[in-house]
Amino acid sequence: MFSGPQIADFLADVGITHVVAVADSTLGPWHPAIAAHPQLRLVRVCREGEAWAVAGGLYLGGATPLVLIQCTGLFESGDALRNMVHDWKLPLFCMIGYRSYLNQDTLPGDTCLEFTEPLMDAWRFDWRLIKSPDQFDEMGVHYRHCAAARTSGGLVIAEGRA
Amino acid sequence: MTAMPMHEALQVIRETRAATDVVVTSMGTAREWMAMGPLEALDWVFVPSAMGAAPPFGLGVALAQPARRVIACNGDGSTLMSLGTLVTIASEAPENLVLVIFDNGVYEVTGAQPSPGQADFAALARASGIGAVYRFSEIGAWRAGGRDALNARGPVCIVLDVEPMPGARGPKSPGPTIARAKQFADALSQPVP
Repeated sequence: MFSGPQIADFLADVGITHVVAVADSTLGPWHPAIAAHPQLRLVRVCREGEAWAVAGGLYLGGATPLVLIQCTGLFESGDALRNMVHDWKLPLFCMIGYRSYLNQDTLPGDTCLEFTEPLMDAWRFDWRLIKSPDQFDEMGVHYRHCAAARTSGGLVIAEGRA
Repeated sequence: MTAMPMHEALQVIRETRAATDVVVTSMGTAREWMAMGPLEALDWVFVPSAMGAAPPFGLGVALAQPARRVIACNGDGSTLMSLGTLVTIASEAPENLVLVIFDNGVYEVTGAQPSPGQADFAALARASGIGAVYRFSEIGAWRAGGRDALNARGPVCIVLDVEPMPGARGPKSPGPTIARAKQFADALSQPVP
């Protein structure tokens, strides 16, 4: 839906300094452009729970991090996310890849479609679902809204098509 | 196995840390750190925490604040919760990060149940790609060698064999989280001389 350079420019434009990430087949191809961007640092972690703690440390240290993971990683993130976003009230922002949303025949029986959106609600993110390229500008509007409100937010990026 | 009292092990860090250093403590180390005296502005007592999150949190602070040394204290059970963080730290290679693993072989704050296996954390750290790795089992050796280990070029991993404290409780939060987070961020925003 979006190219790596598009995403890297978007993240830099809204002021992100560090992208804390685990790759998937849609988000991973963005990594080289993010890593190459002079205003961004890509921090590759081994498991998604780590990402929230790294982002929390970055935020308190004065940086502007973003967590970039797939919805499966959101499922894995539970306690670390809860601790950083809710115990410590850190307004962290995430981009979540929504596995197979655009091609639901890919993984018959996969439950990502059942749990991703309810879980974003359960974690009380202010989030938007991005399903088509014409929503590109909406991403920046939503990020800036969350940043101004100092609230945790997210963009759920529909995946499943090149 | 030879081991040292945790509070004596922490005392070496307390005596060695510079005024500009961040010290992250969690679980048992947080409890003992708070019992040793007043907290400094750059002490991050990670209570409440997500178990295993102290090293990645310290990594985040270290990446955001390259002019400060960050000393992250973690237990063996907590380290097992997020072993991949050793690889993450090695990959990011922050020269200002020191991870200190306090290995007492038990989940102390839940009643001293044994932690799984008998992992060699120093070997795991080396195998993960961390270049500066130290292990101390006796307090005399730690007192003698601690300063050099803490001052080594990071990322550093120091494994300390410490005595379990059966019956010791979990740490109590020293105050409201929102205010503590703000105070910590404010302290980090001060320039490093």
